[in-house]
Order: sequence, then structure tokens, then C-alpha cells
Amino acid sequence: MSELQETTSTQTLYEKLGGEAAVNAAVDIFYRKVLADYRINRFFDNSDMEKQAAKQKAFLTMAFGGPNNYNGQDMRTVHARFVKMGLNASHFDAVMEHLGATLTELNVPAELIGQAAAIAESTRNDVLGK
Amino acid sequence: MGSVLNGRIMYKLTIEKNTYSCQPDETVLDALLRENVNISYACKKGSCHSCMVRSPDTLPPEVAQAGLKNTLKKHSYFLACLCHPEQDMTIKLPDQSEFYTEGTVVVNEMLNRNTLLLIIAFKDAFEFNAGQFVNLQRVDGLTRSYSIANTPQESNTLEFHIRRLASGRFSEWLHDEIKAGDTIAVSEPRGHCFYLPERSEQGILLVGTGTGLAPLAGILTDALAHGHSGPIYLFHGSREVEDLYRIDEMRQLVEQHQNFHYIPCISGNHVPEGFTHGRVNEVALASLADLKGWRVFLCGHPEMVNQTKTMAFMKGASMGDIYADAFHVTQEKK
Repeated sequence: MSELQETTSTQTLYEKLGGEAAVNAAVDIFYRKVLADYRINRFFDNSDMEKQAAKQKAFLTMAFGGPNNYNGQDMRTVHARFVKMGLNASHFDAVMEHLGATLTELNVPAELIGQAAAIAESTRNDVLGK
Repeated sequence: MGSVLNGRIMYKLTIEKNTYSCQPDETVLDALLRENVNISYACKKGSCHSCMVRSPDTLPPEVAQAGLKNTLKKHSYFLACLCHPEQDMTIKLPDQSEFYTEGTVVVNEMLNRNTLLLIIAFKDAFEFNAGQFVNLQRVDGLTRSYSIANTPQESNTLEFHIRRLASGRFSEWLHDEIKAGDTIAVSEPRGHCFYLPERSEQGILLVGTGTGLAPLAGILTDALAHGHSGPIYLFHGSREVEDLYRIDEMRQLVEQHQNFHYIPCISGNHVPEGFTHGRVNEVALASLADLKGWRVFLCGHPEMVNQTKTMAFMKGASMGDIYADAFHVTQEKK
């Protein structure tokens, strides 16, 4: 990596947040909050926790501005059955809450939390099938 | 090493007797699918783990092991969709035919009213990690998985704890028909539920029901043999005390190791002195306030294992530190 890439002004959000290490640190914290939340835990099938964790990692990687292959249609398709189960804006809001709280717990600066939140927020309509 | 195409290297992928060429820039998954090899896959980006395979002879590139459990990494498992080969590779697919070794039964005696101690001896040392399991195969092809109860330090033998299951064809055969001197076919060891000698001051929690004690006993013996200094807690449970076993041996281990704690649990109503009343996983989680930084091993009844995985995680154990081995009963159509 060249020295030039290490200055903050040319780092991506993902790099600033800490890349894959940050995702790994965040996933346990984030997923615990989700599982403990009676408003949304029914949407998370925890019979295979490791598979779920992999999905949460993929979500966090995307929210952190990292490399991901999810497109809008993917998000729509995978969440369609939850929409049928009653998934709505309040549930999306709850997940956003936990994303913010997780990054706060990890002492991420507010500005970066805002940027990650914006990325996650941009999936709202696809996730809710709107 | 690989051959060259337009100045770029193509490596060979060998699966059983077949060899395939991995084009430059192709992943292992790409190459195998192009060659019509039957390999599972779905997300193609390392999340779903459907394309997990193994390369026992060569260590796969680190990036191809991203997100895998540390014990799987140790055994060279990797994700085909993330793997750009850096050398020729021999690959084992998940459903590939297994290699069986012939062993001789040297001990078969009861540990309690329904659990058989079976010890099988081999000509050569059998390599495994304590906590793994093997398939035992009868001459007619009937096969079942059983966890290994001993550690590799014990020469050339494998120990099993076999519970007799009502209408269990294999367990019935082992209990009623097999005898010392008989031979039995044993597969290579499998499983990711074993001790890695790292973080030796870490707390270790082991929770098991019935013959779940088998792999757990191996794991804790392994940990102690490696000088594990952190607290080691074994909770072993059953409905009735008659279905527990190795009680005295575990109590003796407590005398010998200051950091080892043994809590036998009875969920039924008759609880003798020295035993704790309750379901083993509930007792375990009530006894330890916080599992942050702990390593957790869960073996036995699938419901207990799955429930306790979540409970341990919610109590602070990191997902990567939870090792679960659910003993599923093979339901066969009669």
C-alpha cells in the first residue's frame, strides 16, 4: 500500500471504519442486539447461527461501504417472504437503531456512523418491497 | 507446477482420479462448474458457505478461508468461490467416498445400563483431533457416526461411547453381537469440534447430554494435556442418574486439576447427593455470569445444542468460540 493511500482524505469509508476487522468486531455485537429485540427477532431464523452471522457480515460489509455484490433486486427477493410475514418500516427502523448503537459501542465517530447509516438507509425500499 | 497460457499460469485441480485446469483468473468454483463437476454453490461471494471444500495436501490461500471457523481452517477447508489457486491443488468434495481403515475391537463393556464402551485398535497410529467423529461401517454397508472419546496420546486406539437406541439397528448390533477380536471399518475423522492449543488462559465451558460426554471428555483431556490454565467447566446431564457414567473418573480429575470443575446434572425428580437438579444447559448458564471471552463446546441432544448455542452467544460468547456437535439420530424408512 502506498503512503498516499494512508492519508484520511483518500481512504474509503470502509477503510476508515477498519475494513473486515471492523465488520468482524461489529457482527457479534449487532447480532446480539437483533436477537434480543422482540420486535424483530422472529425475522431472524437462528437455527443455523453461523449462516445467519455470514448474512449479517454481508449486510455490515455493505453498510460500511465495503465490497459487496448485493443489488436492489437481491435485497427485494431475499426479504420478500418477510414482507409477507408483516415486515414493515418499524422493523427496518429497529435494525437501523441497532446498527447505530453497535457503531457507537465501537467508538466510531458520529460522522462515519452517519455515512454508514445512509448506505443502509438506501436499501429501505428494496428491503420493504416498496 | 502449473502450465502457462498467454504468459499466465494455469494450475491443476485434482479431484479423486480426475484432473482439471483452472484458467488464469478463474476461481476454483468457476473452473469446476465449467468442467461440470457436481459442486454445491449459491451466493458466489463467500457468505453462504455452500461451496466449502477441502485441500488436505496444500494450505489454500488465506483469502479463500475468510469467515471460516478456526478449526475448519486448521483442516484446510476453504470456499471454492473465493479461491484463486496459487499452486496445483488436490481437492476433496464434501460427498466424496471415504477412505476406511480396518480396526479390531479390543474392549466392549457397559459403562451404565444403556451405554457401551467400545475400543477399537489399529495397526498404525490413527490421526485425529480429540472431539472429532468417525463413521463406523458394518460389512453390509450400514454406517453410523460416533464421536471419539479419547485423545491421540493414547496409542493406536479409538474409544467410543455407544448408547443403545430403541430400534437402533447399528447400536443394537454393537451392543448385542460384536465381540473382542471382531473387525470393523472406520472412516477418516471429521468434525470441527475440537481444541486448538491457543489462548490457554481462556475459560472453557463444556455442556453435554448422555453420550455427548464422549467428545467432551476427549476435548477436556486434550486441553489439560496441553497445559490449559484457564477454568474448565464440564456440565454433564441426563434425566436419571443411571444414564450418566464416568462420574468417579471426572471427580478424580477434579482432584488432580485445580482448574477443572465437574457438575453432573439430573433433570428428573430423583437427584442423589452430589448432583445438581435441572436441565444441564440451564444449570450451566445460570452458574456462569458472563461468557465473554469463553470457549464453549456443546455436544449431544440436537435441541439442547441448538438452544444452548444461542444462549451462550447471548451471554457474551463470540460466535467463533462456540463449537456445537449435535447428535442426530438417523431415521430410516423401514
